[in-house]
Amino acid sequence: MKWRFLLRRLAMLVVSLLVASFLIFAALYLSPGNPVATLSGGRPLPPKSLHLLEQRYHLNDPFFQQYWYWLGNALHGNFGVSITLRENVSTLIAARIWTTAGLVLYASLIIVVLGIGLGILSGLRPGLLDTSALVLTAITAAIPAFVAAIALILVFAVKLGWFPALGNGTDLLSNIRHFTLPAFALAISSLAIVARITRTAVREESRREHVQTARSRGIPTRLVTRRHILRNAAIPITTITGITIASLIAISAVVETAFSLNGLGAYLVQSAESKDIAVVQGISLVLVTAFVVVNVLVDVLYALLDPRVALGSRAR
Amino acid sequence: MTDPAPAVTAVAAETEAALLSVTGLTVRLSVDGRMQPVLREVSLAVRAGEAVGLVGESGSGKSMTARAVDRLLPDGAEVEGSIRFDGADVRGLRGQDLRRYRQQVAMIFQDPRAHVNPVRRIGDFMTEALRTNQRAGSSEALGRAADMLDQVGIDNPGKRLRQYPHELSGGMLQRVMIATALLTRPRLLLADEPTTALDVTTQSEVMAILDELRREYSLAMLFITHDLELAAAVCDRTAVMYAGQIVETRESRLLHEDPLHPYTSALAAARPDIERAARRLNAIPGRPLSAFEAPADECAFAPRCPHAAEPCRAGLPPLIELAGGVTRCVRAEELRGRLGVSIDA
Amino acid sequence: MTTAIALPQEGLRRAAGRFRALGPAGMASAVVLLIALVAAVFGPMLAPHDPNLPNLSLAFVGPTGGHPLGFDFQGRDVLSRLLAGAQSSLLGPLLVVAMAMAAGVLLAVVSAWRGGALDAGVSSVLDIVFAFPGILLAVLATAVFGAGLTAASIALAVAYMPYVARVIRGAALRERARPYVAALEVQGVSATAICTRHLVPNLVPLIVAQSTIMFGYAMVDLAAISFLGLGVQPPAANWGVMISENQTGIPQGYPLPALLAGICIVVVVIAVNVLGERLFERA
Repeated sequence: MKWRFLLRRLAMLVVSLLVASFLIFAALYLSPGNPVATLSGGRPLPPKSLHLLEQRYHLNDPFFQQYWYWLGNALHGNFGVSITLRENVSTLIAARIWTTAGLVLYASLIIVVLGIGLGILSGLRPGLLDTSALVLTAITAAIPAFVAAIALILVFAVKLGWFPALGNGTDLLSNIRHFTLPAFALAISSLAIVARITRTAVREESRREHVQTARSRGIPTRLVTRRHILRNAAIPITTITGITIASLIAISAVVETAFSLNGLGAYLVQSAESKDIAVVQGISLVLVTAFVVVNVLVDVLYALLDPRVALGSRAR
Repeated sequence: MTDPAPAVTAVAAETEAALLSVTGLTVRLSVDGRMQPVLREVSLAVRAGEAVGLVGESGSGKSMTARAVDRLLPDGAEVEGSIRFDGADVRGLRGQDLRRYRQQVAMIFQDPRAHVNPVRRIGDFMTEALRTNQRAGSSEALGRAADMLDQVGIDNPGKRLRQYPHELSGGMLQRVMIATALLTRPRLLLADEPTTALDVTTQSEVMAILDELRREYSLAMLFITHDLELAAAVCDRTAVMYAGQIVETRESRLLHEDPLHPYTSALAAARPDIERAARRLNAIPGRPLSAFEAPADECAFAPRCPHAAEPCRAGLPPLIELAGGVTRCVRAEELRGRLGVSIDA
Repeated sequence: MTTAIALPQEGLRRAAGRFRALGPAGMASAVVLLIALVAAVFGPMLAPHDPNLPNLSLAFVGPTGGHPLGFDFQGRDVLSRLLAGAQSSLLGPLLVVAMAMAAGVLLAVVSAWRGGALDAGVSSVLDIVFAFPGILLAVLATAVFGAGLTAASIALAVAYMPYVARVIRGAALRERARPYVAALEVQGVSATAICTRHLVPNLVPLIVAQSTIMFGYAMVDLAAISFLGLGVQPPAANWGVMISENQTGIPQGYPLPALLAGICIVVVVIAVNVLGERLFERA
């Protein structure tokens, strides 16, 4: 049962990645402007170089064939050459991917620990803590990453001087110091959303009849909470946390820009501005893949957590 | 089979020998921000090995009584009166003691689908209490669960224990619930409409299993139902509830032919009967009132009662002992003999 | 549905009743949004000074008489820029929501009504659009069509549409299964008439609630894109742009213009979320 669900989900993953890659390629292929002019940076070229370029980029081949070449190369990790930096796109991506991955992972950790933690606490204990958490999260949920970024820089970098405001850092320890403010800026609104949904899930689950059954059988409260309330609430919590973390992948562009971090997102934005098509294609493909893979992982986790998942049903 | 317990006349005498005794239980819950009574002065007793029925329309407070007994009332409920189990004050139990008490009082709920954790295996559900409270090993507990499934008539228990609740039918799940309740060897069973949510065909099957096993293990039972006939068939004595009050308690076999409260007779008459199939069913006029809607200073049933008279509205009727039973009807003695099933004439 | 001819006073009274039903937080949110709406429509007219007139000698100068919120990095009046910027900051997301809703509801209702292959086809197309996070699609769009609010807004609307369609399709399926629809079909009422006159009107509370929540997302995402330099182009005023261009003030110890623009965004989004939650509770 589960295996067929997983296989189906995997097949869907491949199909949506194929279509997404095609859309990415097609959109930029059709974008206004002469590719040769873009490649040459607008300078007039001698016929020989022009011919070379056309051959190298298969510019005179039919559209689908060009897509095929591009996809084949991309699968081998070859995304072409950046026209602004004259370097392999894959090299440029490799140099930046860990910044983005580290930032997203750090933020995810913050969301999981603080968001789910706060949600569980206020879900289990109605009262002052719960009420204040509710008000606090209503406000923080509305703070976009770039607003959080300037506020955090202002308070913790400029006024208090606890953390550096900009840049990547050199070794692991300084990396962590440099990434702390960006990670919080990236996490803050998602943290609030996850906390609120966790709270609701825990609250709803504690009111379930089967929890009453467990209580009526003399199971200690601690175990009722763990085995029944939290175990069952884990299903919606996992789903929403996973989807939220997936969304960080795109928002990281904003945070990287605000903190001048040398990551994929910030580089994507620069490349979009300078119309460095090969880079935009490459990074988009990497980010879309990451986004889709995380979403599939969420679906798989959901299926593992909930025995009721029937064949072919979807997680959301 | 245990012989039916002899009828005891006085409430006081009953209470002394009882395994469970509830006296003057009043419960108020917050409804729309105001504390409203849901139970009013409920008194009943269940002796060891005895089955007592608790009958009433929905909203009459039967389930609330069971919940109060098992200490499962919602947070913020106001409780007055006493609940004693085996001599101990149930309302004062805390922590470990409360859990130990709950192990002796097993509850079977109306909707097994909602009352079994959907994401845990049947085996897990059945053995949880054994493993946690009685420190039984996993394989030993599963073995006992399989035996018990066999006793409630579920075949291939080994397979069932590995399945999840959604893979079982409602009737089967209720049998699992019964088996689970019996597994920890409780002394009292609180059965809250155990067959209402089931198909008509499985209802009698499940009921028969419950009745048989209860006698086999000589368990006391508080059986909650809206079905007077069913209660009479299964229970030694039956209490009838209306608007949060017990209006009559009587030996089951006498309830039908010699009821002591007009509500009981009306309830009996409202039930379809094969012998009277051709005639129209006798619906009780008006609609059932919940405890907080019912008048507080007169008989709660008076507004719907065909026998209501001046004394009924003079004040809340007290419990009167009469002919081996208890009734809350002030005109009971006067009406006695006229309240049988022939009331529908 | 009430078709009674309501007197103006009665309508007003009913509106007041609905307003009070929102509760204190909901009422406050509604007031905030009303103010925001006024700023969005009349903002440029209300601006006390020219929002685009620089005066470098006043760069990052604090509040003075006549300029209660001080000056930005080019010495422009911050209050005037906030008011002028309200237009693109609020009407942009409104456009996104309108487009996403129109397309999403149409797709959802048609595929819920027709079912079968069409429904399956629409669902799988939407699943693929799901693969693109809103901001990424917007960045891609600006790479293709050039930076600007139009490309970014359309891209966001496309990215949001599957979310709308999924929720509304579910609701439309439930609605379709209700007996009144079958009754109308038996009477020979056309599918279009049933959908436009009965089914969709019954979904309106849900549509309104979802639009409200979605407006918050659209506002944050569009502001982010402007912050990144791919949306509204300076010197035009926009809250996202204002944060980006006044960032330099933060290390210099003058964060006011950037913070004020940020606060404008946060306050509107809080109001939208609170109101959306209330509306969802009643949808």
